[in-house]
Amino acid sequence: MSDLSDTAQEVHDDLSEHVDATVDDVEARLEKLVTEYKVPVDEARRSVENHYLDEAGLDRDDLAGGGGNDTVEVEDVDEAEQWVDITAKVVELWEPRSDSVGQVGLLGDPTGTIKFTKWAKSDLANLEEGKTYRLGNVVTDEYEGRYSVKLNKTTTIEEVDEEFEVGDNEDEVEGALVDVQSGSGLIKRCPEEDCTRVLQNGRCNEHGEVEGEFDLRIKGVLDDGTDVHEVIFDEEATEDLTDIGLEEAKQMAKDALDTTVVADEMRAKILGKYYRVTGPTFGRYVLANETTLLDDQPDPESVLIRARSM
Amino acid sequence: MSGAPTREVARRVFAAEFNDATFTFKESDDERAPLYALLPTGERSNRVFVAGTLTETEDIGEDSEYWRGRVVDPTGTFFVYAGQYQPEAASTLRDAETPTYVAVVGKPRTFETDDGSVNVSLRPESITMVDEAVRDRWVVEAAERTLDRVEAFDEEGNEYAERARAEYGEDLSAYRQAVLDALEDFDTEADVPADA
Repeated sequence: MSDLSDTAQEVHDDLSEHVDATVDDVEARLEKLVTEYKVPVDEARRSVENHYLDEAGLDRDDLAGGGGNDTVEVEDVDEAEQWVDITAKVVELWEPRSDSVGQVGLLGDPTGTIKFTKWAKSDLANLEEGKTYRLGNVVTDEYEGRYSVKLNKTTTIEEVDEEFEVGDNEDEVEGALVDVQSGSGLIKRCPEEDCTRVLQNGRCNEHGEVEGEFDLRIKGVLDDGTDVHEVIFDEEATEDLTDIGLEEAKQMAKDALDTTVVADEMRAKILGKYYRVTGPTFGRYVLANETTLLDDQPDPESVLIRARSM
Repeated sequence: MSGAPTREVARRVFAAEFNDATFTFKESDDERAPLYALLPTGERSNRVFVAGTLTETEDIGEDSEYWRGRVVDPTGTFFVYAGQYQPEAASTLRDAETPTYVAVVGKPRTFETDDGSVNVSLRPESITMVDEAVRDRWVVEAAERTLDRVEAFDEEGNEYAERARAEYGEDLSAYRQAVLDALEDFDTEADVPADA
């Protein structure tokens, strides 16, 4: 009956903070229920736990984890349909797009950020931006490789006084910049509110012909010989990378009567060089937050040793 | 990740091996299917990335410009050809003052010479001027990737290694030697103090 002693050990560990019982005590109680009274192990475990909780004057909720969930950090969420507890700050609240959603937004802890959804029918108190909460019993979900947590009727919300810097789920990619794709350089975006689509020949896909607003962007490909990573550099990152700012780019285009000179000039400066880029991943793209030119002397020694030993 | 066509990785391969990759193939009958060169160390290659010294350029075109550049790495020479369909690369070759370090992204192409032998060349997507740091990093990287392929050559289920074995034989010693030459060359260079 090693099963029972394992169970006894688990029950003992769960309760040890609150209850003064030995593993043997626990096992004896389990044994009695299971072998004498033919109670299934799960039920026996429950019954024994309740006995000790009663004795200590405790509720089940007083146990750490509120019933056995794992307490996780944001970066650990990598599977859907898991019931977890999480302590996180409300980074942003977004406008719910559906009546069934009570609140939606972004939670963050030191390891990163994750979307949350609180169902309208969950009847939970509203979360406030900037405050930190301990959320018990939330469910993880996944959509196109991105994870989220959902608050539901059984979720517990407790505001806590914890200060931390919210981390960013950043990836790091490196390699040679082997391509600067079309749609790079000096581009025009649709000026309509909340529409930032890039214009094609002066036209926005959504709003038709519009007077565009200039922006800088590079869609590049980093290739390390094993994998390729598509990277987007926004205006600031593009200027960092190429030393060409928006005003200068506009002037270049004006002088040449052609916007494509900007991308050509940028290509000549950056193609074929090695970079390391860190930033969050959205879909296919890594958004460059920080870019480092890799121009230090490489060390051939370890490769040489490897080659000689083959 | 799903749906979008995946971009081909640019292989890192020394000239010594690249110029031996005379066997090309397609994975499907589709006319527009990508053309692959079969590398002797057992990998397919639809694109390569090369950094080396551009030593000579020459317009060998008859009616229109057709530029040939020689890009040299520690093991041999890549022949880069750019004509009217590669206008940026052609103009880079036209304007280049040799010798200079360049980085080339391009596609392997083969052609048969009059005497019936097959030559391998590089059709550039881009050629850019780079500095010595890029070239040095590339040499070490090409060495590593070559060793990766040599190591994987005998692995079971390595489809392209099997095909390479059938096409070129299984003696990879020349490519391992190319790696050693490239790195040892590098080693002595590094021992020479740089002019400060």
